[in-house]
Amino acid sequence: MGTDILEISINFAKMVAIFLLMVQLVPLLVWVERRGSALIQNRLGPNRVGPLGLTQLLADAVKFLTKEEFVPAKSHRFLFYLAPIVALLPAAVAFNAIPLSHPIEVEAFEWLGHTWGPYTFLFQGYEIGIGIVFVLGVSSLAAYALLLAGWASDNKYSLIGALRASAQMISYELALGLSIVGILLVFNTFSFSEMVSQQVGPLSFMFFGQEVSIPFLPNWGIFFQPLGAILLLAAVFAETNRLPFDLPEAEAELVAGYHTEYGGIKMNMFYIGEYGHMLVASALMVTFYFGGYHIPFITPDQINEFFSGRGHGATQASLLTALVLHLSFFAKIAVFLWVFVWVRWTLPRFRYDQLMDLGWKTMLPWALANTIITAILVLMMRSSWS
Amino acid sequence: MYQLVPVLALSVFVALFGLLLVFLASRFGPRTKPSAVKQSSYECGLEVEKSTTTKIPIKYYLTAILFILFDIEIIFMYPWALAFGDFIQAGHGLYIFSAMGVFLAIFVFGLFWEIKSRALDWD
Repeated sequence: MGTDILEISINFAKMVAIFLLMVQLVPLLVWVERRGSALIQNRLGPNRVGPLGLTQLLADAVKFLTKEEFVPAKSHRFLFYLAPIVALLPAAVAFNAIPLSHPIEVEAFEWLGHTWGPYTFLFQGYEIGIGIVFVLGVSSLAAYALLLAGWASDNKYSLIGALRASAQMISYELALGLSIVGILLVFNTFSFSEMVSQQVGPLSFMFFGQEVSIPFLPNWGIFFQPLGAILLLAAVFAETNRLPFDLPEAEAELVAGYHTEYGGIKMNMFYIGEYGHMLVASALMVTFYFGGYHIPFITPDQINEFFSGRGHGATQASLLTALVLHLSFFAKIAVFLWVFVWVRWTLPRFRYDQLMDLGWKTMLPWALANTIITAILVLMMRSSWS
Repeated sequence: MYQLVPVLALSVFVALFGLLLVFLASRFGPRTKPSAVKQSSYECGLEVEKSTTTKIPIKYYLTAILFILFDIEIIFMYPWALAFGDFIQAGHGLYIFSAMGVFLAIFVFGLFWEIKSRALDWD
């Protein structure tokens, strides 16, 4: 985590800050969801409490905390409490592994009669060498939270919801995992930061062994993997149990699915997990296909020079660069988060057999085709033809 | 190994955060007297007939088994995709492609055989 006490504590504080950022985004997203649904359905949505209804979020949080702690008599007590806590974990651990901005370079400095430094702080919780595999592995643990909740509640609605959820999640995980193979073939790396740094500058690729560059397009993964991007987007909708794939909590048939017996803060924790998953999914989409935190046509060095030219020191310029790029990352994520909300209030729900058919018989073969076509194209384009 | 130390630290923090939320809710929430009716499982006004820990449709087991098979096959492609670029640069592109091609052919055959034999049909 670091070499001295300062670096270790800053790195830990950073992880906690990213986790709390994730938790804090949840009420905001709920607000966007409510206002967005109102916009789509030609209603007003919550607009009474505070400006634009924003303090409604605070009221909700207080209400969640002041609800009665309730455990049904027949449930497994330990598992019943464990499930919401497990629900928090995967999204938090996965989100911390994704780079949110450019690393910050801190020069050596004097503080408390001691020389500290020089440091490089990554703008992410931790860098894992096998980034993609780690995130995929950790985020699929979310199925355990749902399964635990369904099993522990000892209620048939919960159990059916949990079974549906886990069957759906594992089915779409195949399409998800396979659509990422295409992006691996293009970038040849597991590490997110390397993948992001390969997407700087104008679109350039090898065309039968010759380098071709298209100056008016950014070098984004979407231009190499259009089908993969669509498949991944559809699969993450199923992974996050959002409409049109929200069969696990189909309220018309299953009351509320796996969290039927949950209320108050414990249900809220499931919500945090679900919205955290949306956040991870959006961040993955942006990192794989939309250039990560980079602004098209502008390199981080140019931004750094801009700030250095305005009389900022090296450390300050690096920090400002990271913040600017972080804003760019968040703007991109916000687009995808809006897509999640937009789709939820636009599309109707699938029937369960249609859902499984789509996952196994449509998305899996298409993802396989995408992998094979990508492999053939990469082989043809990158081989030397002289 | 040391890469995973921050992951562990974060997991512990998140678990403690979750416990704190549950603890706060149990302190601030109202406490009412539990009764048999209140603590019964949620139902639409009926008595719960039997425990849920009995029967689960066989389709779920089949889906899980098929998932494990396919997931391992997909995970097997990850290192191949990672090494693909290096092999092409070294001039062995056709070799690594055909080596995986055999595996992919079996994969495709298996998938379509399963679809054909209606193993993936949800009744």
